[in-house]
Amino acid sequence: MPFFPDEASSFAGNVDALYGFLIAVTAFFSILIGTLVVVFAIRYRRRSPDEVATEVHESAVLELVWTLIPLGLVLVMFVWGARVYFKITRPPANAIEIYVTGKQWMWKIQHTDGHREMNELHVPVGTPVRLTMASEDVIHSFYVPAFRFKRDVVPGRFSTAWFEAVRPGRYHLFCAEYCGTRHSNMIGWVYALKPADYQIWLSGGVPGESLASAGAKRFIEHACNTCHGDQAGARGPSLTGLFGRQIHLQSGLTLIADEAYIRESIVNPQAKLLAGYPPIMPTFQGLISEEGLLQLTAYIKSLSSAPAAGGAAQTGPALAPPITPERKSSKR
Amino acid sequence: MTNANEPVNRRVNYLNARYGVRSWLLTTDHKRIAILYLIGVTFFFALGGLAAALIRLELLTPAGDVFQAEVYNKLFTTHGVLMVFFFMIPAIPGVLGNFLIPLMIGAKDVAFPRLNLLSWYLFAIGGLTAFWAVVHGGVDTGWTFYTPYSTVYSNGWVVVTAVGIFISGFSSILTGLNFLVTIHTMRAPGMTWMRMPLFCWGMYATGIIQILGTPVIAITLLLVAAERLFQLGIFNPAQGGDPVLFQHLFWFYSHPAVYIMILPAMAIISELVTAFSRKPIFGYKFIAGSSVAIAVLSFLVWGHHMFVSGQSVYAGLLFSILSFMVAIPSAIKVFNWTATLYKGSVSYQTPLLYALGFIGLFTFGGLTGLMLATLGLDIHVHDTYFIVAHFHYIMVGGTIMAYMGGLHFWWPKISGKLYPEMWSRVSAWVIFIGFNLTFFPQFIVGYLGMPRRYHQYPEEFQVLNVMSTAGASILGVGYVIPLVYFIWSMRYGKAAADNPWGATGLEWETPSPPPTDNFPDTPTVSGRPYDYRTGREEAIG
Repeated sequence: MPFFPDEASSFAGNVDALYGFLIAVTAFFSILIGTLVVVFAIRYRRRSPDEVATEVHESAVLELVWTLIPLGLVLVMFVWGARVYFKITRPPANAIEIYVTGKQWMWKIQHTDGHREMNELHVPVGTPVRLTMASEDVIHSFYVPAFRFKRDVVPGRFSTAWFEAVRPGRYHLFCAEYCGTRHSNMIGWVYALKPADYQIWLSGGVPGESLASAGAKRFIEHACNTCHGDQAGARGPSLTGLFGRQIHLQSGLTLIADEAYIRESIVNPQAKLLAGYPPIMPTFQGLISEEGLLQLTAYIKSLSSAPAAGGAAQTGPALAPPITPERKSSKR
Repeated sequence: MTNANEPVNRRVNYLNARYGVRSWLLTTDHKRIAILYLIGVTFFFALGGLAAALIRLELLTPAGDVFQAEVYNKLFTTHGVLMVFFFMIPAIPGVLGNFLIPLMIGAKDVAFPRLNLLSWYLFAIGGLTAFWAVVHGGVDTGWTFYTPYSTVYSNGWVVVTAVGIFISGFSSILTGLNFLVTIHTMRAPGMTWMRMPLFCWGMYATGIIQILGTPVIAITLLLVAAERLFQLGIFNPAQGGDPVLFQHLFWFYSHPAVYIMILPAMAIISELVTAFSRKPIFGYKFIAGSSVAIAVLSFLVWGHHMFVSGQSVYAGLLFSILSFMVAIPSAIKVFNWTATLYKGSVSYQTPLLYALGFIGLFTFGGLTGLMLATLGLDIHVHDTYFIVAHFHYIMVGGTIMAYMGGLHFWWPKISGKLYPEMWSRVSAWVIFIGFNLTFFPQFIVGYLGMPRRYHQYPEEFQVLNVMSTAGASILGVGYVIPLVYFIWSMRYGKAAADNPWGATGLEWETPSPPPTDNFPDTPTVSGRPYDYRTGREEAIG
């Protein structure tokens, strides 16, 4: 029976070191208080029924001491905890992208090359993996204890988070946020593979079309290309090179066009209107599944200079005629 | 009643002043209302405990083999809803707060006696409504009612349960209001703020939270009901709502609510430690001030429930540091209680056993709380059994230990009878051992990664779950023993003296049980509280 979980991600060791420090503090104070209570209770036990206690004067110094020492300690915990948190929340630039959809009660995984998995996730060891996650119904939470990785998957938005597996193995995947009747069945396995094994896994199976080209099909299916083509005088902005760029909004604000922005602009186009364009785009709320939104997002991302490292294989070239010319800019 | 065969010239007290069901159900006597609460919260505690027993039974094996998943989900929801809203929140204020505040400050009753009775009725109606909902229809959302599951996807009786909680919320508000006004306006001559027993300080701080926090949960539950009934699109993202907004609203109340549960417990401990050390409390002003500090800070930490929900990194930082800050006043209390024992005259009566158990378990539970305030660590343990273990150390190891200690301490005053000393010590130890065996393994299984609210779980977690279930059986026995001997003592217990512990405080200067008007003459207070220097006027050092 294990008493401590595997340390299988790049930040698992950081989390456990922090945990070790907190256990030490907890043990120290629990034992200190426990010992003092027991020792005082025995040493100063009542020896005769009418015994009266010795008067002890209050001490402001003592009060100050046991206010400031805990204060100092919690500040150390805060800073240390925040540093680990920053590491956990900031994905490295070279992460490969994997798309996750949670629904009652399964995890659907889409790799950029078109591999799909159900309740299983294969990742390479030694490469950061960035998950972009969506929920089709209620809140789920993607939890891999061995990676010390957890992130709520909230419907109506993309949740992104990352990890880097460092030890090959098979690890539990749990849904950690209660999501209904079969919540405890919403579990699976994460397989961390050595890079060579990962390549073998990638080459096996029957990858369908890549995520980006699936997205390109949807782009046409929903007639996005009629306004968002790159032809002169198009009614909507060109999406080529949009992802990751700083854009100016009608409201005067600027922001970086990320996954969350793309998603919101599909389901609620008026929320963050690009400067210089009229509010004419209809909402696609409820018309496109979460998986479809992830595919469209992957497609729009693929229109920006380079596909993510690790590879979005650009298969199925001529799927979106009005826009294919621009895709030559992408590698391969 | 209990004294049928005793001499007829027995003192008239609040228990035997009037007889009959009407005299109880229409009473405005704070002491009788306290008894009504005692019956009510014991009823819900028993039901919530039964649900807990069934949960532990299911978790004895990894497979979901005792109940269907749906039934299991309804069980843990029932456990949470009944225990939080209808036991933990009303228990100490309703029973001991009601009974003691007027006695401790030398008043005849609370400021609004009829409102006090209304509070009990709201509690009872709310409780029975929720009870009916969870038993008849069933609710499977967990006590946290997270959206959009609760508003769109759940098939349970969410709205009826929410209505029950909504109704009893007014009970909590009115009780808090009553206590605040009572403490402000009805203190006996000479009972200045700094002469007030710490129990009253704790209840005062609790009252602040009850009044300010409870309306928020009431509104939140109304919104849940409205969205469920009329598809309003407040929390449901498919209609443009924000599910995380619900979490903010919910925890804006429900985190302070934790302090509604623990502040009264701390208030009891302050009384017990001094009485059984026969010594003034160490750091009176610091303990009193820390209660108020906790009440204020408790409103600023709710975001630590959302470290993994996607709230911004900077919000996370803010809520993390504020959560650490709320630990400081709690630490101050623990150190002061410990210091009070120093050079005391310590008597190991049952109430003190509970108090010492509280200090140990609360300290440990509080320190594990620091782990949850630590951003980098909370991500891993959030929503696992680690959380379950942590809050049970605070709620069961803290609040219920204190409640039991308080009940034993003031039982002679409440009932006029003594409980059997031997059995009470046995049960205190049984509870302490059973508690630790139940919840300590949950820290380990939580850090291993077992999520909470799991009907079935991987096999490697079984040994720890078996330990937990074994502990729960012991804990259950520990709670049944006092239930039996308290009831037994009402008829067969030895008559209690007015002040069986030799404790200070106005409540011990009136007969046991007290007359309906509490004091024959309004008492006056001339000195500091916890003055155990009798015969030792010459101060030392």
